[in-house]
Amino acid sequence: MSLLEVKNLGIVFGGLHAVEDFNLTLEKGELYGLIGPNGAGKTTVFNLLTGVYKPTTGTFFLDGKELKGKKPAEINKAGIARTFQNIRLFSNLSVLDNVKLGLHNGMKYSTFEGIVRLPRYFSTERKMNERAHALLKVFELDDDVDTLASNLPYGKQRKLEIARAMATEPKLLLLDEPAAGMNPNETKELMQTIRFVRDNFDLTVLLIEHDMSLVSGICENITVLNFGTELAKGPTAEVLKNPEVIKAYLGD
Amino acid sequence: MAKKVNSPLEKKKSGVRSVTKKNFVTYLIVIVFYAVFQTLTATGHLKNAYQSLLVPICYSVVMAVSLNLVVGVLGELSLGHAGFMCVGAYCGAFFSVITKDVLMTDWLRFVLAMLIGAAVAALAGVIIGIPVLRLKGDYLAIVTLAFGEIIKTVVNVLYIGKDASGFHIAMSTKNLDMAEDGLLILNGPQGITGTPKSSNFTIGFILVMLTLLIVTNLMDSRTGRAIMSIRDNRIAAESIGIDVTKYKLMAFVIAAAIAGCAGVLYAHNLNALTANTNNFGYNMSIMILVYVVLGGLGSVRGSVIAATILYALPELFRGVGQYRMLLYAIVLIVMMIVNNGAFFVQMKEKALYNIRSGKKNNAKEAA
Ligand SMILES: Nc1ncnc2c1ncn2[C@@H]1O[C@H](COP(=O)(O)OP(=O)(O)O)[C@@H](O)[C@H]1O
Ligand SMILES: [Mg+2]
Repeated sequence: MSLLEVKNLGIVFGGLHAVEDFNLTLEKGELYGLIGPNGAGKTTVFNLLTGVYKPTTGTFFLDGKELKGKKPAEINKAGIARTFQNIRLFSNLSVLDNVKLGLHNGMKYSTFEGIVRLPRYFSTERKMNERAHALLKVFELDDDVDTLASNLPYGKQRKLEIARAMATEPKLLLLDEPAAGMNPNETKELMQTIRFVRDNFDLTVLLIEHDMSLVSGICENITVLNFGTELAKGPTAEVLKNPEVIKAYLGD
Repeated sequence: MAKKVNSPLEKKKSGVRSVTKKNFVTYLIVIVFYAVFQTLTATGHLKNAYQSLLVPICYSVVMAVSLNLVVGVLGELSLGHAGFMCVGAYCGAFFSVITKDVLMTDWLRFVLAMLIGAAVAALAGVIIGIPVLRLKGDYLAIVTLAFGEIIKTVVNVLYIGKDASGFHIAMSTKNLDMAEDGLLILNGPQGITGTPKSSNFTIGFILVMLTLLIVTNLMDSRTGRAIMSIRDNRIAAESIGIDVTKYKLMAFVIAAAIAGCAGVLYAHNLNALTANTNNFGYNMSIMILVYVVLGGLGSVRGSVIAATILYALPELFRGVGQYRMLLYAIVLIVMMIVNNGAFFVQMKEKALYNIRSGKKNNAKEAA
């Protein structure tokens, strides 16, 4: 069985078909790219898959379980985590607390145990700290644990968002333009990290990139969106040679 | 808009240790305050007029800290916090009056009254919270505002009496239909009289400490983090599986229950409990909100200090007669500037930085 199965997904915003007839099948362990010019509907696909928007048509399944119409929190619990194109961190909380929030459903103690400080509070908090530190280390953020999220430089904020999403132990990770605003060196490094976590954390990754050259480095397969519809799909190298795709990117 | 303060403390520390330390300083301030004023009272150095401020300061602090949980920690505006205090006050007083003849110690009766006040106020919080907290936007402000006014009105038209045949509830004395020897407990606008005067500064202090422990421990726990994440970014919180409605409701109901306790403390400090604009109405709710905002949103210690100073000041200013409120307004403005003005924030951080690096340098020299 495929990990993710998306069937004829579509949404209309007051007459605008932002996404139409979107189909996608992801196998476990894949690193898949979703590309297309600005306004093509890429972020909208993510918003549909994470329950932020309810689809007008179609449906999707994770591990055979239908998730259409579920709330964002339920979808995350089912195994899909994401990052946002315009970074959404908990800006008044520390880097450590941001990641510990990702562990919220994985490591638990009750509100009462927290207020009265029963042993389970201490043991669980310790485990949370260890796990969060380990995740932050992967993204080289372990020196910044006490920094407020809003005080991090831009590139690190993007990495922190990925670490937070990974803390929820998702089966599928959706990254919305993770390299936006980074310089070429940082971008290259980040792409290597993404590949590293895919290999070492038993993850499947769906990644949006605006810049075509970036995806070609790490994604085995890609889909190109244009005006909400699929323009091309297949192995990255082939798709990028497709004249239609080149035209869509360069404009006519 | 993001406020950028160029200070030497670019990286603010918010680690586990500093949180605990900060809380201990807050507890210490309260304990010292209690010790000093309790000693002054015991040795007869505190005027009676000032002694009578101590319990009100305690319930003001409890109200401010609990409202801060909603406004500062959860990030929702509540304009009817005094309504929960009112619920707690009436339920607690009612319980104490009807159990007057039941054999138990004053302590036990008071503790039970507290629990009942807290439970009913929490229930009111659940009833308001469930429909309203699911909505996005500032609906909570409107609904809590209405709730505060409605509760105040309801207790003013309610008559409850008790006789051999049980309880009688009505909207006027005539309709009460009670036996001659019955006891009128809640007498409409005249409220509840004869509540035992169980409150004192020590009990107030205990309630303040319990409130502080509950709120600070909550904030520094899994639940507290979830509540703060909703304030900082609701969409991100949902995206990592946090049940937004549940945690909003939790913060709101805990705050309501604590306000209920403050109400019980209030009711047992008076001979006659009545509800009017100044104690349970809009004025009171806004007053508490002022304490919270001036003390700093999300800052427990700020709420404690602001509530204490701002409650006591108008009373201390009585000597200057008509200029009282003018002075009060000036204090409010000064506090606002000192707490939130960019210049002062920068100065404070610089001072803190100097103190810290000074310590480090000394340590190096010593080594
Ligand atoms: N909530 C919304 N309401 C109306 N239009 C929307 C909404 N969200 C996205 N759109 C529109 O859908 C189209 C696709 O947007 P988006 O998915 O953000 O593109 P991108 O591929 O750049 O991520 C755009 O034309 C955008 O204006
Ligand atoms: Mg986008």
